[in-house]
Amino acid sequence: MAPDVRGASLTALAAGVATKTWKSRDLVEAYLERIARLDKNLGCFLLIDGEGARAKADAIDKKIAAGESVGSLGGVPIGLKDIFVTRGIETTAGSKILKGFIPPYESTASSRLAAAGAISLGKLNMDEFAMGSSNENSAFHPVHNPWDLERVPGGSSGGSAAAVAASLCAGTLGTDTGGSIRQPASLCGVVGIKPTYGRVSRYGVIAFASSLDHPGPFGRTVEDAAALLEVIAGHDPMDSTSIPQPAGRYREASKAGLAGLRVGVPKEYFQAGMDPEVEAAVRAALDELARAGATLVPVSLPHTQYAIATYYLICTAEASSNLARYDGVRYGHRTADAGSLEELYAKTRGEGFGNEPKRRIILGTYVLRAGYYDAYYGKALRVRRLIANDFSAAFSQCDVLATPTSPTAAFKIGERSADPLQMYLADIYTVAPPLAGVPALSQCCGFTKSGLPIGLQTIGPPLGEEAVFRVAGAYEARTDWHKRLPEDKS
Amino acid sequence: MSQGAKKDKYEAVIGLEVHVQLATRTKIFSISSAAFGAEPNEHTDPVCLGLPGALPVLNREAVESAVRLGLAVGSHIRPRCRFSRKHYFYPDLPKGFQISQYDEPLCDGGVVTFRLNGEVRQIRLTRIHMEDDAGKNIHDASGVSFVDYNRAGVPLCEIVSEPDIRTSDEAAEYVRAIRTLVRYLGISDGNMEEGSLRCDANVSIRPWGETKLGTKAELKNINSFKNVRDAIEHEIARQTVLLDRGEKVVQETRLWDPDRGISASMRSKEQAHDYRYFPEPDLPPVVVDEAWLDRARASLPELPEARHARYLGIGLSAQDASVLVSERPIGDYFDAALAAAPVHPKKIANWLINEVLGRVDDPRRLMTDSIPVPPVALAELVELVEKGTLSGKLGKEVFARMWQEKRRAADIVAAESVSLMSDTGAIEDACKRVVERSPDEVARYRGGNVKLIGFFVGNVMKETAGKANPKTVNEILRKLLG
Repeated sequence: MAPDVRGASLTALAAGVATKTWKSRDLVEAYLERIARLDKNLGCFLLIDGEGARAKADAIDKKIAAGESVGSLGGVPIGLKDIFVTRGIETTAGSKILKGFIPPYESTASSRLAAAGAISLGKLNMDEFAMGSSNENSAFHPVHNPWDLERVPGGSSGGSAAAVAASLCAGTLGTDTGGSIRQPASLCGVVGIKPTYGRVSRYGVIAFASSLDHPGPFGRTVEDAAALLEVIAGHDPMDSTSIPQPAGRYREASKAGLAGLRVGVPKEYFQAGMDPEVEAAVRAALDELARAGATLVPVSLPHTQYAIATYYLICTAEASSNLARYDGVRYGHRTADAGSLEELYAKTRGEGFGNEPKRRIILGTYVLRAGYYDAYYGKALRVRRLIANDFSAAFSQCDVLATPTSPTAAFKIGERSADPLQMYLADIYTVAPPLAGVPALSQCCGFTKSGLPIGLQTIGPPLGEEAVFRVAGAYEARTDWHKRLPEDKS
Repeated sequence: MSQGAKKDKYEAVIGLEVHVQLATRTKIFSISSAAFGAEPNEHTDPVCLGLPGALPVLNREAVESAVRLGLAVGSHIRPRCRFSRKHYFYPDLPKGFQISQYDEPLCDGGVVTFRLNGEVRQIRLTRIHMEDDAGKNIHDASGVSFVDYNRAGVPLCEIVSEPDIRTSDEAAEYVRAIRTLVRYLGISDGNMEEGSLRCDANVSIRPWGETKLGTKAELKNINSFKNVRDAIEHEIARQTVLLDRGEKVVQETRLWDPDRGISASMRSKEQAHDYRYFPEPDLPPVVVDEAWLDRARASLPELPEARHARYLGIGLSAQDASVLVSERPIGDYFDAALAAAPVHPKKIANWLINEVLGRVDDPRRLMTDSIPVPPVALAELVELVEKGTLSGKLGKEVFARMWQEKRRAADIVAAESVSLMSDTGAIEDACKRVVERSPDEVARYRGGNVKLIGFFVGNVMKETAGKANPKTVNEILRKLLG
């Protein structure tokens, strides 16, 4: 018997498959039916692999019938941001320049999910090369927020967040460089965690800014996100920046309660410019944490105001380097007519990249030019160190920090796309944690009067995912926000 | 040869950048084979092809090789170094950047020592750093271009010299010394034809006595020892003409064309690349701790220059010493033979150079089981000759049989009585026969022409089919002719 997958949690669905309450194939069909009905209005998917998903589901069902074990995520349909390379399945990073690129290898994170029995339904829409905060920078089509189709889902992992919010997948993977998991999680009212830098392998994750890119999961519940992270986290010898430690027990932590934890409240994250509805919801959430047994501690992260500038110097510099390989020589788009090698490069890249990657390549090239390294990139690295030191100092006084995720709820499609600077400010509360490499989670902590989700961000010390999950799990257990679902709009 | 001769108006100032491909099993950042000579693009993987999402993982063996090279030339090995990205666009460069080292190379300083015309020369090094090699563009006759990425990601060490070199011969000898050194260390085959040793030269000239450096040109694509000499000679001549005409040398990069024996401008200073270096974020800093350094130090063989000095110390000629030092297995063979017959260094060197080396194409074979006359066997033969059991001529015959039949000298001597007559009676008889039938020579000898002793010895040797001990023959003849 197939369950209603709308609003269903990934962990519950996996348990039902394991206990033969329903078949994996039933789940796949249920999600594919929803995708077919709803995604034309949402635009979450760039590629739907129905046949592949069905075949994998049948294989899982066969194993279960034979009494074999199928892994902790056995038979559960998930989706992958189109930044994870998938063997034999087109991977574009939301860019025309990679249209038609069929990778010959699989990312570590997606192969770990597959090994745990999860079934990928396809590839999810995103801002081109993960550059954006609204998903409007997808080279193919925008993603619409399931709570209000006229609004953005956030970005860059907009497809991944919206797909979970609209119950098109039981869980998804995204990446976060300056907020690309947490901000869309906030705008779509789901759980998203950016773990510690190096906690999840970047191998097979198309690079935007190498020192800032963090793969991580989206879930309907805190436990769902924990279950996904437990599978994808852990050392990977193919990523030299991967932390050589096994994954933590995140699911357990999400149910452990937060008694005795000190929750730091950084004053710099509650300043002018924040939407009053957002502020009210986040302050109410802090009160709820206090009632749950946490001690609230006022703290300061004095270099917060430099985070955006620091972030954009580092991410553009690294992006200009990482995107150099898209030259039309080996894979992806190649211009139809080039009279010379120089023209091949100029035209291929001119035609293949959208405006935002071009903007960042030019900025990053400027930042790294000879003689200016110390003034820009070098200085940004030094400020980055100060920002990381802020977090270390704060974590000597508390176990986690709680802040808003985004200064506003979801904005309208087109509202900010003409003003890149305004768009960059959408990341104001999310850029510092990736600069410091510390884990941070966003979950729903209320709704605006017009019914748009508001996000609460919980930030932990390096490898402090357990503490983050304890707070998030305890908050979720005491509130009902996560149970609210957007209407199906077909 | 223009050995810095003052007949020239100008002094040349030369610095070299030598790229050495390290003979590691796999590439510097990925698992593909680093071997030369496979089908195009057979040795590739997502990392060395620069596929989206692929990440480099540093090959420890490559670092180990570079550390040993640094130690061998006396560089300071940084306890912590890092990689940087060097950006430029070219089809053979899959990532759009090379992973190299910039502000924190593995090795600082060092000296390459070698001998030029018997004189010890020392060229200071600026640095040695690690990087990945690019692929190779292949242009076919129809105008279509292909790229072979087998070479992409092969580990390289770039050895940057100070501008200490003054002549083209010195430059060529410097490169040869590096080749010898890396072969001694076993970290590269140093094969210039296959591209495992490549060289760029920075050349400038200045009037004798001038201390300021002239404007330099960088020469690329120098791929043989002959090219090192030719390209630099050509450049010195080119710059000399310019200065003599009152023109200026332009700072630029020039491409050497070995077929035409000329160079052409590639790009000027203004067109020089801005490589936009920044620290490679995908690789943590490389830490070489004391324990690693100690292990690397302990693994170093005796180095060519030390060996050369030792050979001179035991009485070898400079020329013989050079031959023995030129390839590590030759010296190893010599040392092993010497250990078995320590009193005859010169003789062993002669036998090795004249007999053994004449029979092997690849000196690497010397220290393998496939060599028919191993060092100890050669030592035994030398001792038999030196003791007088065999004459030189007979020794050579025995050596030939040893080589062919893989037998020891003593065995051949015993089994086939090829040894010299030790029966003095028989030798005396032969001597008497020769003296009796040569009355004229006897008279002349006794008249004072003592050089004629050679005539008698030769005839006795003929008489005895070369088997008489020449020492005994000499003694007996002198007595008879007395």
